Amino acid sequence: MTTEVKTKVIGKSVWRNEDPRLLTGMAQFVDDIELPGMLHAAFYRSDYAHARIKSIDVSAARARPGVVAVYTAEDFGDYWHVGPLQVPPPLAIKGAQFNARPLVPIAKDKVRYSGEPLAVVLAESRYIAEDALADIYADLEPLPAVTDMEKALEPGAPLVHDDLGTNLAADVYQQVGDYEAAKAKADVVIARRFFKDRCAGGAMENRGIVCAWDEKAQKMTVWCGTQAPIPMRNAIAKNLGLSEDQVRLVIPFIGGGFGPKVMTSMPDDVLLPWLSRKLNRPIKWIEDRRENFLATTSERDQIHYAEIALTKDGKILGVKDVFYHNTGAYDPYGMTVPLNTQTHTLGQYDVPNFYTQIKMVFTNKMVVTPVRGAGRNYGVFVMERLMDLAAKELKMDPVEIRMKNLIQPHQLPYKTGIIGQDFVENVLDSGDYPASLKKAVEMIGYEKFVKEEQPRLRAEGKWVGIGVVNFVEGTAVGPYEGARVTVGNNGKVVVLTGCSTQGQAHFTTFAQLVAEQLGVDVKDVHVTTGDTDQFHWGAGTFASRGITVAGSAVYAAATKVRAKALSLASKLLETPEEELELADGVVRVADLPSKFIPLGELAMKANPTRGTIEPGVEPGLEATAYYAPPHGATGYGTNAIILEVDKETFDVKIRRFVFVHDCGTVVNPMVAEAQIHGGVQMGIGTAFFEQLVYDDNGQLLNASFQDYLMPKATDMPMKMELGHLSVPSPLNPLGLKGLGEAGAIPPPAAYAQAIENAIHDVDFEILDMPLNPSRLYELVKAARKK
Amino acid sequence: MKPAAFEYYAPVSVEEALDLLDQLGYDGKILAGGQSLIPAMNFRMAQPHALVDLNRVKELFYIKSAPDGSLLIGAMTRDVTVEFDKMVAERLPVVTETMPLVGYYQNRTRGTYGGNLAHADPTGQLPTISVALGARAHIRSKTGERWVEMDDFYLGPFTTILEPQEMLVEVAYPALPPRSAASFKEFTRQVGATPMVGVAVLVTLDDKNRFKNAKIAYLGVGEKPYAATECVKVLLGQEATAEAIRAAAETAAQKDVDPGTDIHGTADYRRNLVNVLTRKALTQAVQSAKK
Ligand SMILES: Cc1cc2nc3c(=O)[nH]c(=O)nc-3n(C[C@H](O)[C@H](O)[C@H](O)COP(=O)(O)OP(=O)(O)OC[C@H]3O[C@@H](n4cnc5c(N)ncnc54)[C@H](O)[C@@H]3O)c2cc1C
Repeated sequence: MTTEVKTKVIGKSVWRNEDPRLLTGMAQFVDDIELPGMLHAAFYRSDYAHARIKSIDVSAARARPGVVAVYTAEDFGDYWHVGPLQVPPPLAIKGAQFNARPLVPIAKDKVRYSGEPLAVVLAESRYIAEDALADIYADLEPLPAVTDMEKALEPGAPLVHDDLGTNLAADVYQQVGDYEAAKAKADVVIARRFFKDRCAGGAMENRGIVCAWDEKAQKMTVWCGTQAPIPMRNAIAKNLGLSEDQVRLVIPFIGGGFGPKVMTSMPDDVLLPWLSRKLNRPIKWIEDRRENFLATTSERDQIHYAEIALTKDGKILGVKDVFYHNTGAYDPYGMTVPLNTQTHTLGQYDVPNFYTQIKMVFTNKMVVTPVRGAGRNYGVFVMERLMDLAAKELKMDPVEIRMKNLIQPHQLPYKTGIIGQDFVENVLDSGDYPASLKKAVEMIGYEKFVKEEQPRLRAEGKWVGIGVVNFVEGTAVGPYEGARVTVGNNGKVVVLTGCSTQGQAHFTTFAQLVAEQLGVDVKDVHVTTGDTDQFHWGAGTFASRGITVAGSAVYAAATKVRAKALSLASKLLETPEEELELADGVVRVADLPSKFIPLGELAMKANPTRGTIEPGVEPGLEATAYYAPPHGATGYGTNAIILEVDKETFDVKIRRFVFVHDCGTVVNPMVAEAQIHGGVQMGIGTAFFEQLVYDDNGQLLNASFQDYLMPKATDMPMKMELGHLSVPSPLNPLGLKGLGEAGAIPPPAAYAQAIENAIHDVDFEILDMPLNPSRLYELVKAARKK
Repeated sequence: MKPAAFEYYAPVSVEEALDLLDQLGYDGKILAGGQSLIPAMNFRMAQPHALVDLNRVKELFYIKSAPDGSLLIGAMTRDVTVEFDKMVAERLPVVTETMPLVGYYQNRTRGTYGGNLAHADPTGQLPTISVALGARAHIRSKTGERWVEMDDFYLGPFTTILEPQEMLVEVAYPALPPRSAASFKEFTRQVGATPMVGVAVLVTLDDKNRFKNAKIAYLGVGEKPYAATECVKVLLGQEATAEAIRAAAETAAQKDVDPGTDIHGTADYRRNLVNVLTRKALTQAVQSAKK
């Protein structure tokens, strides 16, 4: 068990170190980078979702003044290559079938999704580059497109990858116990088909890259907004046949990541560094919003055939879920997203028998990779809906049936028997699930609402309903992160890590971890999260792992530096270490504060210019440390909401929004709350606003913010009522768990329950997401006709 | 998202602007607030050869009263100016109330009243209100001028009767008869977003509170502002009761409009909105007219 950590800075809502620069417009983003002689790239993209490429005529584009080069797949010659696969196949799961079809950098022979690049133009300005796109003529022979996951698997369906002979990308099942036997003993079995459509991972800043080859130094420098700086550097080095130290990746400020920026094998990643070297000119490419909608990567659509078997008093005996997962035209990110669905389906519930099967399908849609929530929310939606349907069938209260089936605190750590995205068995490490549900129910005043308020509002003719749902959030997966902490001669501290920040406040929370150990002001800790020339080990920022995995490494490095500082100061101050303390930027004798040595001076002494340092002691007040979790740490929580549905327009208003969560030890409550707020915004989006709508030909019908509805401030709850639980994780010294995706997970399930509860006088079921007023109107209309 | 190359002219008078438009013909395009035209150019959906920027044409910025009692709004008057104008609030409260729904404050500081009308967005609030209020467009070219009823001004989505060498210089709203009032209601998915359906009504009651006159126009149910006729027939001569209003709203939804289905909503859902919004708009207008 973790020992209770008594802290000075950890746990405080310290203001963010990054904000002064961001708020005064002094933060540098990729598009702010201007280099002499820089070329601008623009991609020519396919209008068809599925087509054979007969020929591409770029001669007019090449002839346009200001155009320096135009490249098609053919022009890249031997450099054109498939992949690599960014996440390995799930070999750890017995019997898993997986067909790897990683991304191609630029379409050759065939186009597989609308927006796939066919040519890249390099010109003296972005204006000219875009002018030249209009000069290109691609002779494409359209092929029938396939977008529907189930139809894609029917015999005779158009093939996305002809050589494969099928559109089945993967078939993976896992089971615990024996579902069929459990079902045979059940009093009640409920089976339904669920569908949840895909949403964008729309960050405020789109993708972008600047790359500059320096012929004399034989070195490539790349600025981009990646969530994974080290893997990106390594991929570029490998692509170009350079050693890793010949590539420097620098991450400026990033306007949000949300998942798609974890990609390192996108066309721009692969083609532009090579072109920069080939042409010996810096190149800039800034993705525009339309491209982002069409051809970055987006989140999942899934169809679930799920069933639940229960006793008549509401105890769950088993769950079966066979689901289709639409990976789009390629599967560069392996099976991370559907595996997340598998590991999160049962959530907080104690279910002895579980069968879960993924059928991953290729279609002519944009490629799917993780987006905040990353498949977790789909499992949660299906399970919570099954619970609601079961409650209705058994005439039980939705809270009661949930309470009855929760995993109890003494059962933790709880091995689920299901292998997750990190290829190890998913373990629910810590928590108190009943406490979470109880807290949410209390905060929202469930009893009072159901017994007093709701009857009164119904009597007034209002449709007002309540929803209470649970979720878990697997976070902080491996492999590892590292950090180096250095005290400078000026007494300020530098922290280096490869875990980049897209707005999550790493510059503050990592600084707090260091300040805690070294007794310096948080403002005096400077964090660099993405400069591979300074630190080049790590995996990146994804799966809600920043504070837990990188943070634990930062904390461990700071702990080592603290030990070094104490040891050296003890000698210089001629005082035993136990009598010293680190505070206010100095090491001092605790009982005699006037006897001290500033950290900066100590740093200088630790790195003498002449003389000797003791054998076995490394120079400087510096240390590097790594942290590798055995498996992920699992956060969890409960979302309780009260919604009102307008009886005429079917618009939905949020009356109350309660969110209880547990991320273990909280480093900065303000930052943690903001993470929840942001997650909730995406959760509300996927429940009621956001949806990428494709037609049968694979054309995206809403590739702009005019038609793709992102929830705005005015769509958010007037008040976010957050409840915090803090059961520390046993997996790391500080007891940390991630929370970045929590908010995005439960809202669709909560919406479904609350809306059904609100429209009490109509018998209908919400099985598909997202909803919108029109869809709700049609559902109710159809139910009334019955 | 960069526009194609274009020429740029910045005249300072209407005369000069009309000269330019005359010379440029189909190559010329007026730039007003740029809130619609510039995004269209960035998407390269519009690739005008030359822009004639009216932002320096001071004589097009005004709101004034005409001798016949109508209210005149110059084409380049910014949306925010109209929004906060006292005379507009007094004479056309429906315009004052609706202005905050036209996108966001930021785009209303640049967007112009004339630009909005000329842009002919089928989901635009101001064209629909102008049709309901019986407004008239004042159109000029180098060779002449004409006045056109707003009813006749719109041809389809983003298309009006304006010829390339013509300019909308002002719009005139006739004074409302006694016991008249207008109202506008819309449904949007989000604050400031494109409305799915909207309705503008103008009603005149007689001294027995019967509908003497009514004009009802919709946005979002067709390709241009749509003036309904069947529901008006149901109203005329009837006493302005909740019953009468309900019947008219039903008629509008079932007989007048023929909306389509798109990714935001089904045709039937839109009919439902027509019904709900028409009832609300008529109810409010009748209440005001009775005062
Ligand atoms: C974020 C955002 C939200 C918006 N939301 C709404 C909304 O909810 N409702 C709504 O109605 N609009 C909305 N708009 C559009 C906005 O109101 C536009 O400003 C308006 O439609 C066009 O006015 P403009 O002055 O910007 O014209 P411009 O963009 O400059 O021009 C538009 C078109 O009209 C032509 N034109 C302009 N003036 C004249 C003239 N005097 N004579 C002849 N032709 C002319 C131009 O040549 C061009 O074709 C929104 C815009 C933005 C950016």
